[in-house]
Amino acid sequence: MKASSKKGMENKGMPKTLTGINGLDEITEGGLPKGRPTLICGDAGSGKTIFSIEFIVKGAMNYNEPGVFIAFEEKSEELAVNVASLGFDLNKLIAEKKIKIDHVHIDRSEIEETGEYDLEGLFIRLGYAIDSIGAKRVVLDTIENLFAGLSNHGILRAELRRLFTWLKDKGVTAIITGEKGEGKLTRQGLEEYVSDCVILLDHRIENQISTRRLRIIKYRGSVHGTNEYPFLIDKDGISVLPITSLKLSNEVSTERVSSGIPSLDELLGGKGFFKGSSVLVSGTAGSGKTSIASNFANACCNRKERCLFFAFEESPEQIIRNMKSINLDLQKHVKSGLLKFYASRPTLYGLEMHLVVFYKLIREFKPKTVILDPITNLVTVGDPSQVKSILIRLIDFLQKEQITVMFTALTFPHFMQSSADEDVASLVDTWLAVQDIEFNGERNRAIYIMKSRGMKNSNQVREFLITDNGIEIVEVTLGPNGVLVGSAREAFNLEKNTGEVLRKNAVERKNRQIESRKTILDAKVAKLKSEFELVKEELDRIYVEEELRNEIAEKNRKQLMKMREKKEQNIKKEKNK
Amino acid sequence: MQSKKWELKLYVAGKTPKSMTALKNLQKYCEEYLAGQYKIEIIDLLKTPQLAEGDQIFAVPTLVRKVPVPMRKIIGDLSNEEKVLVGLNLVPVKPTS
Repeated sequence: MKASSKKGMENKGMPKTLTGINGLDEITEGGLPKGRPTLICGDAGSGKTIFSIEFIVKGAMNYNEPGVFIAFEEKSEELAVNVASLGFDLNKLIAEKKIKIDHVHIDRSEIEETGEYDLEGLFIRLGYAIDSIGAKRVVLDTIENLFAGLSNHGILRAELRRLFTWLKDKGVTAIITGEKGEGKLTRQGLEEYVSDCVILLDHRIENQISTRRLRIIKYRGSVHGTNEYPFLIDKDGISVLPITSLKLSNEVSTERVSSGIPSLDELLGGKGFFKGSSVLVSGTAGSGKTSIASNFANACCNRKERCLFFAFEESPEQIIRNMKSINLDLQKHVKSGLLKFYASRPTLYGLEMHLVVFYKLIREFKPKTVILDPITNLVTVGDPSQVKSILIRLIDFLQKEQITVMFTALTFPHFMQSSADEDVASLVDTWLAVQDIEFNGERNRAIYIMKSRGMKNSNQVREFLITDNGIEIVEVTLGPNGVLVGSAREAFNLEKNTGEVLRKNAVERKNRQIESRKTILDAKVAKLKSEFELVKEELDRIYVEEELRNEIAEKNRKQLMKMREKKEQNIKKEKNK
Repeated sequence: MQSKKWELKLYVAGKTPKSMTALKNLQKYCEEYLAGQYKIEIIDLLKTPQLAEGDQIFAVPTLVRKVPVPMRKIIGDLSNEEKVLVGLNLVPVKPTS
């Protein structure tokens, strides 16, 4: 009952101290155990000293926690010089009483041991240093040097046990470093004394490429990542790469961004890619992958958004020069600061290191678009499954930041798609494939969309032209023998055009014939009409004459009749008389 | 030839039995081998902790010989006479019997 309640308390929140080391606080969910010693172990050159000095410096600079650095190996001045390359001004912090460095020099040749002694002198020095600046953080680097300088290990072990208890009583958050031993974490078994938190630093070389890794072996009373995390030491100190959220809960956007090639946008539902999505452009050598990527970068910069271009094959100057030949001026974007190139040979570091570098640069530059050209070169430093795991993490990270990413991948003509490509293909949202079509004694490029999640996209193969004016995607022509590209398409079009002209000509001729025929017929009709008019007039004339004659005859007859009646009346009158 | 002045510092942390033993032993050896040519300074680090750094003290008791150079250090309660003498580079001038 009691035990369980105690455990519950611990889970709720073990007090922690932020280290300020990039990424480490995320892995440990808040830093190192507060007020307790932590053991950092690793081989020589694995970064223990830099790790611990950064803990002290960041504490003093960012968290207002002064720190004491007890150096058993290097002198204060040497340390200051060493960390100056990391951009830390140790001497200034020492002058401001934020850091105290005490070099404990142990030289066996100067020392003789006789009889009983203890390490109270060290305790006093440490206690004095802590109290003089009110230190909250302490580093002992590397306390195992005591074992080399002193022969009475019995006393040493007892004193170390006392030292760790004493550090806890002082309430300082401490880092103790120890060199890795055979089959043990540290040569002198320091892990026996430090039970709260143990971190192992490792420096491994695979295929002649080194990768630094960090692993939390133990963190009592706290959840922590158990993986090996790659880390990088560069001019800004240590960056640990947390494997980002493994949940698939990234925000998605329905916003679209143009690919920079209007005709390509048309294939993608007329609007381009989704913002924050991942795009893969795969193709054989010389198929124009970099040109597509550069166009995309150019479009991004034209929108006044920042773009980060990782080049693994060509130098920035080379890319800028080459893109000029297709009427793409990247130089002006570089000048205005919107476009940033980062060129490195893939073999410069291990894969994990590349990822750390990606993270760091992306965090610094805050781009809206990232281009990796080409990812297949990364395979030279790792196997495809590793590349895939790196890309998963990168895509995950970019999606979280709502950054659109375009990868290019080289495929080989004999195998349709290389394996790396297929692995990646399942991860990306949009996959454009550029393919060579060898036909009719020439090589042409064809582009098609293998997939594009969540948008209407054309299923058609298009011809992909790189001209002096940039990239153009033209519709291919369907001939009787299938898709035609290049000069075959031109020829077909020409042939088609000739046919059309001929046909048009024939039609015109027919039209003309019809026209003339109509004219002839019309003339005939007119003639017949006039003949008819004549006949009709003749007939009319006869008819009218007849009528007139009839009328006159009638008139005459009536007159005769009248005259006769008058005569008779006259006769009657005369008779009556 | 033994006219050199010996400056010896004994660092202790409080009056612990170990430091008392060390002091007792040191005084004994000095009287025996360096009579009149030595000076012993006792430094209690509990009172002056800032002095520990200068002479690179980490264990107590520690005997430091600053002069003659080179500097020598002997840690422990000085119970082994031979080791102390070798450590201080004192040639034992034992009277021949």
